[in-house]
Amino acid sequence: MNKRSLASRIKNEYIGKAYATICGLFIIFLTLSIIFFIASKGLSTFIKDGHSIYSFIFSGTWKIDDMGVNSKFGPLIFITGSTIIAIGAVIISTPLGIALAIFMNMISPKLGEKILQPSMELFVGIPSVVYGWIGISVLVPVIKSLFGGIGISALAGIIVLSVMILPTITSIASDAIKTIPKDYIEASYGLGATRWQTIIRVIIPAAKSGISTGVVLGLARAFGESLAVQMVIGNSISFPKGILGTTSTLTSYLTMNMGDSVFGTPNNDALWSMALLLLVISFIFILIIRVIGKRGEVK
Amino acid sequence: MGIIETKDLDLYYGNVQALKKINLNIKANNVTALIGPSGCGKSTFLRTINRMNDLIDSVRIEGEVLFEGKNIYKDFDEIHLRKRIGMVFQRPNPFPMSIYDNIAYGPRIHGIKNKGKLDEIVEMSLKGSALWEEAKDRLKKSALGLSGGQQQRLCIARTLAVEPEVLLMDEPTSALDPISTLKIEELMDELKKQYTVIIVTHNMQQAGRISDETAFFLTGEVVESGKTEDIFYKPQDKRTEDYITGRFG
Amino acid sequence: MSSKSKDKIATIVLYILSLLVVFLLVSFIGYILYKGSSSLNFKFIFGNPKSSEAGGGIGPMFFNSFYLLIVTLILTVPLGVGAGIYLAEYAKEGKVMNIIRLCIDTMSSLPSIVVGLFGLLVFVQLSKWGYSLIAGALAITILNLSSLTRVSENAIRAASSGVKEASVGLGATQWQTIWKVILPTAMPQILTGVILSSGRIFGEAAALIFTAGSSTSILHFNELSLIGKHSAFSLFRPTETLAVYIWKVNSEGMLPDATKVANGASAVLILMVLIFNFSARIIGRRIHRSFTGSK
Repeated sequence: MNKRSLASRIKNEYIGKAYATICGLFIIFLTLSIIFFIASKGLSTFIKDGHSIYSFIFSGTWKIDDMGVNSKFGPLIFITGSTIIAIGAVIISTPLGIALAIFMNMISPKLGEKILQPSMELFVGIPSVVYGWIGISVLVPVIKSLFGGIGISALAGIIVLSVMILPTITSIASDAIKTIPKDYIEASYGLGATRWQTIIRVIIPAAKSGISTGVVLGLARAFGESLAVQMVIGNSISFPKGILGTTSTLTSYLTMNMGDSVFGTPNNDALWSMALLLLVISFIFILIIRVIGKRGEVK
Repeated sequence: MGIIETKDLDLYYGNVQALKKINLNIKANNVTALIGPSGCGKSTFLRTINRMNDLIDSVRIEGEVLFEGKNIYKDFDEIHLRKRIGMVFQRPNPFPMSIYDNIAYGPRIHGIKNKGKLDEIVEMSLKGSALWEEAKDRLKKSALGLSGGQQQRLCIARTLAVEPEVLLMDEPTSALDPISTLKIEELMDELKKQYTVIIVTHNMQQAGRISDETAFFLTGEVVESGKTEDIFYKPQDKRTEDYITGRFG
Repeated sequence: MSSKSKDKIATIVLYILSLLVVFLLVSFIGYILYKGSSSLNFKFIFGNPKSSEAGGGIGPMFFNSFYLLIVTLILTVPLGVGAGIYLAEYAKEGKVMNIIRLCIDTMSSLPSIVVGLFGLLVFVQLSKWGYSLIAGALAITILNLSSLTRVSENAIRAASSGVKEASVGLGATQWQTIWKVILPTAMPQILTGVILSSGRIFGEAAALIFTAGSSTSILHFNELSLIGKHSAFSLFRPTETLAVYIWKVNSEGMLPDATKVANGASAVLILMVLIFNFSARIIGRRIHRSFTGSK
């Protein structure tokens, strides 16, 4: 017999292949459904309830009227809140992350591999609620005693977030540094440069695109973090009055209010529009990362 | 008519033609060596015979390849073809399993479940590749614990276990030490009693030692083929003579 | 300042920074474990919670976290490994593959609250299941799918080189090769990835608040149904997990001993994550050793 029976083919080849293919295609289906559902719910604020997209993005007024009839939806406050703490966190973590990456690769690879690397993995493993809890039980009192006020503040949010995104930035920066060809480094030493000079003048510029990717990813995570932030920034619907003031972010506001609002009302629809906004912002980050990646490759 | 015959075989990788109008006749129960400088199509040709090239998307084949007179694409299912035409690769590639399971893999795939039968097959195959004495007391241990030469003989045994008629060997000793190489070369004489062996080798001395027939490949064509003594001592084509005498390659 | 002294100073600074960071980590974990140590007793871990008095425990939430983990893994692993197989072995380079990769990137960068809200929309409201364990499990599956797919794909590619040709040459089909040779070889790597994911799943909260819910009923362990409202094993009941409970206790502020409870619960949570992390390392190392040539 030179050809296999259909039954044997099905058992040994087709079922398995079909299973794997379905799983692969399911990923596409899943992503599309997420986009579809959130978009259709989020757009109902504009389509069904008749608010304008322009005022949604640019007006700073957010007033919730109980009946929802006279509410004004301008989540600029939340967008600003998210942006401030995300950028603040990145400002703190980026230099630190780069420093750690340099340490792990150039100064002491042994210590880096045995101690720093596992530490980063553990940092990532700590759940965000625990970060939020430590923030509220330790950080907030410290801020309060150092600076006065109630301690709950945008500053607390920034500090908590910077610890949370540090592992991300560090590991991506470390990967970027690892891929730098040894030839560059040896050339620099060969010309008489010290290690630090080599780091500053050769390694960091060469790893630029990798580091930028890490920064953007850290930024994206900071934007998307909800619980840890919500626990320490005060959740007031106002622009923060200085770094010690309280505020809200897109994510914190959603966390606090989605549970209370009634499905189908304009107030609830507006929350979904904010979720859609978060989705769009994630896409923008992905695009930015891809562009950086392509630029880096061309080099 | 040989057990394997190719008629005007052309092979393309995308737009690049790797094999040009190959017409070869492989005699049964002989060792046929395919020699020639690197990159001139010997391995590609070998892989065509058991349809291993099917695994590469960009490959396109024209012409005919016949096994026992039947077209290997039209008249055969590739699974059955590979059961009858086995292959040993350049680098030993035992599965990360026990020695026993490595050899039983092929028979199990083709439906043999009876333990007694499998035991028999394992013993017979290991004896056929001269590994039985060294392996019989450690059948259940991992195959990865064997030396390179032993692993390659394991791979040969693994191929023998599915009871093929033809053995394709793609530079089987190039990654091995001289002693292991010698052991495997000694096997060839035994193997050809039961099987037809086609071996690709870039080691001319090896070809001269072990083969009955030889085909000389150059840039995708067969320049000359025939009895090994003729090719080596009375080459008809100047290019063959140059290669044999070491002027290039 | 000479470049040599700059180099020395820089090196010292880097050492200090690295030490500080490690110290920070150690103090985080140490602080939580210390503060929560008084609560690490049987009564707390397995006892029932109180709604407005002191002395409550975290029993049901602890169980919920585990049960949710198991259900989630049952959903995620076949899907993730299947997708990994598809990408590594069956998909052809080109449009479809690029789209799948884009989708994976997209899913992995979704904020967990957005996934939770999607879950709310589809698994809670549209499906009429209400806040339920199955809704939570599905939401977390979405969160973890991309990382598990990536781990599986990489593991399978690595395991495939070399042995694939041998298997196909013996007359096996592609699927037979995958199932009998490649997958078993890739298992340690995939398993490590699964255990690491488990750590993350155990600590997940944002995606669960609006899917599995932030309340739980008293659990009856003697009922074995998957459906009833009171059975502990029901898939369709609200399932507040440990992480969500910590958040709730903190934001509702109705417990007089909220701080103690939160500390205790955090300690348990961190201990579990540590256990998952170490297990992943140890198991990965053991299996790797047994695979690569024990004589």
